[in-house]
Formats: sequence, C-alpha cells, structure tokens
Amino acid sequence: MRRDAQGGRWLVSGPPLLYLLVFFAAPTLLMVLASFRSPADFGGLAPLVDDSGTVDLNVEAWMRFATEPIYLRIFMKSIGYAAVTTVLCLLLAYPLAALIARSDRRHRDLLLLLVILPFWSNFLIRVYAWMIILGPNAALARTLNGVLALAGVAPVSLLFSAFAVLVCLVYVHLPFMVLPLYANLEKHDQALLDAAQDLGASAWQRFWRVTFPLSLPGVYAGAALVFIPAFGIFAIPDILGGPNDSLIGNVIKQQFLETRDWPFGSVLSIVLTGMALALAGLAAAVGRRGRVRA
Amino acid sequence: MALLEIQGVTRRFGAFTAVDNVSLGIAAGEFFTLLGPSGCGKTTLLRMIAGFDLPDEGRIVLDGHDLADRPPEARPVRTVFQSYALFPHMSVAGNIAFPLEMARVAAREIPAKVDAALEDVRLQGFGQRYPHELSGGQKQRVAIARALVTHPAVLLLDEPLAALDAKLREDLQIELINLQRDVGITFVYVTHDQTEALALSHRIAVMDRGRVEQVDEPSRIYGFPRTRFVADFIGHCNLFTGPVTANDGSVVTVAAPGLGPVRAAAASAVAVGAQATIALRPEKTRLAIVAPDAGAGLDAAATNRYAGTIHDFLYMGDVTVYRVVTPGGARVEALLANSTSGRAKFFEVGDAVEFGWPADAGHFLDS
Amino acid sequence: MRRRSPWLWAVALLAYAFLYLPLVIVVVYSFNDSRLNAEWVGFTLDWYRRLAANDEMLAAAGNSLLIALVASAAATVLGTMAGFAMHRYRLRLLPVLVLCPIAIPEILMGVSLLIFFVLLNVTLGLLSVAIAHVAFCIGFVAIVVRARLAGMDESLTEAARDCGATPAQAFRRVTLPLIMPGVIAGALMAFTMSIDDFVITFFTAGAGTVTLPLQIYSMIKIAVTPEVNAVSTLLMLLTLALIVVAAKVSPSLFRTDPEASPR
Repeated sequence: MRRDAQGGRWLVSGPPLLYLLVFFAAPTLLMVLASFRSPADFGGLAPLVDDSGTVDLNVEAWMRFATEPIYLRIFMKSIGYAAVTTVLCLLLAYPLAALIARSDRRHRDLLLLLVILPFWSNFLIRVYAWMIILGPNAALARTLNGVLALAGVAPVSLLFSAFAVLVCLVYVHLPFMVLPLYANLEKHDQALLDAAQDLGASAWQRFWRVTFPLSLPGVYAGAALVFIPAFGIFAIPDILGGPNDSLIGNVIKQQFLETRDWPFGSVLSIVLTGMALALAGLAAAVGRRGRVRA
Repeated sequence: MALLEIQGVTRRFGAFTAVDNVSLGIAAGEFFTLLGPSGCGKTTLLRMIAGFDLPDEGRIVLDGHDLADRPPEARPVRTVFQSYALFPHMSVAGNIAFPLEMARVAAREIPAKVDAALEDVRLQGFGQRYPHELSGGQKQRVAIARALVTHPAVLLLDEPLAALDAKLREDLQIELINLQRDVGITFVYVTHDQTEALALSHRIAVMDRGRVEQVDEPSRIYGFPRTRFVADFIGHCNLFTGPVTANDGSVVTVAAPGLGPVRAAAASAVAVGAQATIALRPEKTRLAIVAPDAGAGLDAAATNRYAGTIHDFLYMGDVTVYRVVTPGGARVEALLANSTSGRAKFFEVGDAVEFGWPADAGHFLDS
Repeated sequence: MRRRSPWLWAVALLAYAFLYLPLVIVVVYSFNDSRLNAEWVGFTLDWYRRLAANDEMLAAAGNSLLIALVASAAATVLGTMAGFAMHRYRLRLLPVLVLCPIAIPEILMGVSLLIFFVLLNVTLGLLSVAIAHVAFCIGFVAIVVRARLAGMDESLTEAARDCGATPAQAFRRVTLPLIMPGVIAGALMAFTMSIDDFVITFFTAGAGTVTLPLQIYSMIKIAVTPEVNAVSTLLMLLTLALIVVAAKVSPSLFRTDPEASPR
C-alpha cells in the first residue's frame, strides 16, 4: 500500500496541523517578536511601524532582564519551589504507587481511579479547599496556635505563606507523580526481589539496590510531569501565597494584565518556555536511556 | 498458460532481501503451496499478490493483466488471514455480506448469497452470531466464506490452520481439500508445516531465504529433493556429504566420512573430487542383526552395506526410528514399521547390526 | 504471594486521605449554616438557594457550557484526525505541535494567545476562549485515539481493503466503529478539561466574558462565601457523572490490565 499512502496523509493530518500552526505555533512566534518591540503608552504593544515609517525593534526588554537581577532571582525561587514540590511528591507518591503495583489485578483499576479522580475536579476548587483547611479560624490553625501559645510562641498564619503554597502545589501535582511511577513499578519482576533476598539482601537493600534503580525511568517521567507545570504556576501563589511568595508565573501575569509591559512579559515567558522545554527534553533523553538499560 | 504468473519478483527491506528474483507459474484450479521456514519470504510474496505490498522488481500478472497499478480492493484476489481478521463489530452474516456490499451487489440479492456461502462451509444458521462467540475452527470457516462469496479468481491463505490444535487441523485440512475441489478456485497456500503442504497441495514451492529451491508435486518433492535444504526441510533425511570418488555416468560414488563409499544411481556430470551429497530417507534403510544364527541378513539388492551398532531408538507406536553408529563415528537413521509380519524382533541398544540400501534408494543432490 | 508491609499500607492510606479530605471538607461545608468555613454549625441548603438566584453565576455557567460544547466538538474531530495520522504515518511536525500544549506550563499558551488575538484585532470573548480551548484539547483526544488505534488489530483494515473497500470505506465501516469508544472518551475528556480550565481562559477571556472557573476565582479573591462551596460541589458532581459515562462507554480507558479483553 505504498503508493496511495501519500495522498491520504495530507487529507488526514492537514486540518489539525493547520489549526495548531495558526493557533499555537504562530502565537508563540508572535510572542518572540513581541519581546523585541516597545511597550505602548497605555500598555500593550507599540505599533511595529511608527509614524516616521521605521520599524521599531529593539532589545530593551531583553536588556532589562539581563541587567535586573531580581527577575533571575524569581526564576531561581520558582525552580526551588518546583524542586521541593517534586521531591515531596516523590516521597508521597512512591509508597502509593508501590502499593497499587503490588495489589491484586482486580483492585488496581479502582485504586488508580481513586488517585486520578480528584484531578478531575476543578483546579480552583482544590486550591480553595486548602484555603479552608489552612484558614485562621479552622481547626488546624487554632490547634497549632493553641499549642504554640502554651509554649509562649507567637501565633503563626498557615495561610498566605510559603507553606500553604507548597502544600497546595504537592496536592495538585501528586497524581502526576503516581501514574508514571505506577506504570514503571507494575512491570517489575518479583523474581528479581526474591533472588536478591535469596542472596541475603535485607528489605532496605532490596529496595535501594534493586527496586529503586529499576524505577528511575518512572521517577524521571513523574518528576518532569510535576516540575514543569509547577515551575510555571501562578494561581496557587496568587490565592494562597503572601506578598513574598510571588513566583515567575505571578510576575508574568502581572506584566501582562497589570503593568502591561508586554515586551518584558514576553521576554520572561520565552525564558520560562526555554527552561521548560530544556527540562522536558532532558527528561525524555534520560527516559529513553533508562528504557534501554532497564 | 498459467493463471497467475510471478515474474522475477524481488522485494527488499533496506539491506535485507526478503524475496529474491522469484518466478512462478500457478495454473487455474490448482492448490499451490508456498512452503518454507519463517523468514523465507513466503508471506511477503503472498502480500504482494494480495496488493498490500509492491515488488521492487518484477511483475505479478493475473489472467494476462499486470496487477501493479491495482490497489488491494481492485484485485480479484481474496485473502484468508492467519488471525482470521473477522470484523468484531459485525455479525457473521455482516462479515460475509461486507465484500458483496463493497462490490455494490443489489441489497436484495445479498442474503441469499450469504446463506449459500455459509452452506459451502457448513455453517448454516450461524448468521446472527458474532465472532467472539465462535470457536477457532468456526472463525476460520467464516473467514473462508467471506473470502469466497464474491468468487475471486485466486484465494490466498496465510497459514490459516496455524492457531488450531492438531486434531482440528487434520479435519479442516480434509475440508479444505474438498472445498477447493468443489469450488474450483485457485488456492495459494502459505505454511511452514511440511506435512500439511504434502497433504494439501497439487504442487509445492519450497522457499528458503527469499529464493525458490524447488517447485514440484508433493511426491517428487519428497522422493527427489533437488537440494540439501529441500531434503533436510521435508521429512527426515540422512545426508552423506563427501568427495566424489567415482562417476561412471549411471552411478555416483561418494566417500562419506566414517561410513565408507556410498553409491547412488544418478545421471550426473559431476567431476571426481568435487564435494557432493547423497540423501537417504530413513524408511529406505534396512537393518539386520549380525549373528551366526540370525538368518539371511540383508538381501542382495542392498549394494550399500555397512556394519554398526544400535545407539538409541525412538518408539513411536506405528514405527520405530533407530539410530545406528558405525565404528567410524557416522550416524545413520533407519525407520522401520513395527508391525511387519515376518520380522524377527525389535532391536536393542548395543545390538551389532548390518544395514544397507540399494543404489537407487539414495538420491544424489546437486547442491 | 506478595508481602504487603503494614507500613506501606499506612502511608498509602495517608496519601488517599490527603487526596480526598480537602474535597470532602468543601462538600460538607457547602451545607454548613455559617458564613465562615471554620466549624460545623448546622445543616442548610441556603447556599444552594442563593446560588440558584445568582445571575452572574448562572451566566458564567452558561458560558462555560457553551464553550465546552463547541470546543470539545471541534477538538474531537481534529484530535481524532491527528491521532489517526500519528498512528498511521510517520510524522515529525504534527506530534510535536499536538503534544507541546500539554507539555508546557499553561500560562505560556494563555499569554501567547493574548498577544495573538490583540495583534489580529480579534475581540476577546467567547470565541477567543473556545479557540484556545480547542488548541490544548486536541492533544488529549489525539493521545486517547492513538492508544485505541494501537490496541486495534491491524489486519482488520487490511481485511477490509482485501474485501474490496477503498481506504475511505475501510475507515468508515471498520476503523471508526472500532475506535468510537476511544473517540467518545476523548470527547468527554476534552469537555471536562474545557469546563475546568482556568489559566488559559484567564488570559483569553477579556473583560466582559466570565466562565465558571473565572467566576469562582473572583469570588475567592473578593468575597468568600460558602456559595463557592456549593458551586464547587455541583461541578464535582458533574465531572463525576462525565467520568462514569466515559468509563461505561470505554471501559478499557481506565483499565490497567493489558491482558483484559479489549472491549
């Protein structure tokens, strides 16, 4: 069927390709272009060709990013938050994924579904839920502050803090760590662990020397699925964070909708995209190597 | 004039040549089998006849028409797939009606044709069942019915019995032979099972590594294999390879290591000193005990005679295969029926025996 | 016999509790007779009543529904085509374009589409949001359809061609019916993602258009009342219903056992 393969190919792949070129690739390119333009007086973008007829392209926005260290610091802070989120998700997801992988075949579907189900509820609802739990009048805060008062320590606010942001980040991204880990652990051969035990390995050694190395591809996949979205998040710090908890997502939102310095916002977005794609590429490359080895 | 002609067809996948310059002529009404081990190119060749692949070189000509420009749906060729490929979302009747619908047969004529097809494969009344409700043998019959309902010129069968158990396979083999005879359509059958090929076919093409080694009737393929590969692939065979020591134009003598001179009747021009092989079917070997009171031993016709010991044997119910070892270390297989009257006794391991065969029992091979 | 250590069970249970407790609290407090989401006072349906009378909320819900219907329909058609093309042909550009929107942080798509619409002088509103939703929903549908195609017996399409069907007929009569459960599941997924979307909608909706998530967001930021709990509970019920339907239509969507029959 070699000859007729070519004709149908464009008919089928054409429409989605066209749609995504127009509404995904083109906007991205426009954003790159925007980073070289000047902001208009009342926000947005100044005209590309100004009154005297010359094309107005400059690298001012980029220079600003390069010369004001605060923005790089915010990127680093976002990376930090994303990294902590990833590690915490890993610690919580690993036992869960391991348990599901070792369960009876019949139960696995249900157990996995129970992990995915909260993901299907609205994202904002999940953030709002933590507003309730960590609220100053809720049981948790009151008990904690009561204990602290006994110890003579001033009350702390759980809400609008880095703690709240992190808890919610972990909460929202946990399913994304469980699924790839599960997919990997499910394929592990129990016989390997039995052999290791037969050779004298303790439970911890069996985990650390056999299970964990074999699960690394799943770990990397899960880490990518958690880190990259967490890196660009803005709603969670916006709702649950304090004034010091702004991440790069918040700054970008601010630039576009409040300060309205669109060229600069574009610069920040491009840097964010670049870092995200680099990490995604790294995860894919490591994942491919891992598959060959394991 | 052959109905289906394959002329110099070659198909390559990168550096690997799957089909290498194959030419075959298949007559109308013939049950023709492509036989060979996996990877020999038989399925690739079948797919090219069906139209799912195109040859890199050569032509496939059906009834005088070159099929090159025709996609699968335009060829008067139908395939029975190894996995049956029944459409799971259609009933049996729906499956069989499908080619009729594609051929734009009038809707009111279709039910009658479907019923007739079901009768042909002895599945009357199964029309409303669904594929997942059928057994393997029933699925295979529906697949055949679907393939035959539009009366194609050629029916291609890709190892259709491979997934069935032995007893069912035997029953269906007989059904296939009868069906082909009744329907009169040319069958091109692909299999790796040589006993199946020998049983079903009018002619067999034995293939190895993309090439056709021999095309012949089953009895000639079995009795007169032309190459080492064919001799070894079909049934069991003793192969004696060594330099030619004599050739008088009617009998060739080969010095087999560990055995001695082996004579075979052959009209060959092979030179003395060249390497050659003589093939001998185990059932043509005769055994006799060597003992003073054992009687006449081998008869005079056995011009090839050697001495040896029984090394081991395999009792198979109707026959026993004995493996004899000579003092020189050569091993020869002999197959003897267990119920021949007048036979002295079964042989035991360690028995000293004389074995041999007449010159025309062995078969001289070109390569 | 796999030994399951009690320690493993304990952590796993903790994880499940962690996952569900927040949602349970939201639901419970939607019936709480108190303005503060602090402690249980008494049962009431008051918040639901207020919700029903809240015109802004109803309008927002209507917008969300409309956008989701349009976006999921378009995304399903385009996503099915993409999934089929990715399975059948060896493509390089399409897989990247289809999967990128899912791989990168949402804010990037939101921002770039904002620039795009503004530069093209397109008024921000329901249409711009719908266009944006289609762009990221295509990927989900494509993945589901491609997986369904991968699980399908290849020889079935060949058999159809062998029986005299043109490629188009083979697709319509054999392939499409067999992947239909996957297509429907993909459509439901796209619908759910569209209704729930916040970030991309936030940037592409403009001043006058409000969807349900945007309405919830402004309520959270400005004046938190348990009406938010009530609408959240209703949304969760809707999503749950959609998932149940998706599972019924295509049980293999949620199946993890590769040896189970593909029906």
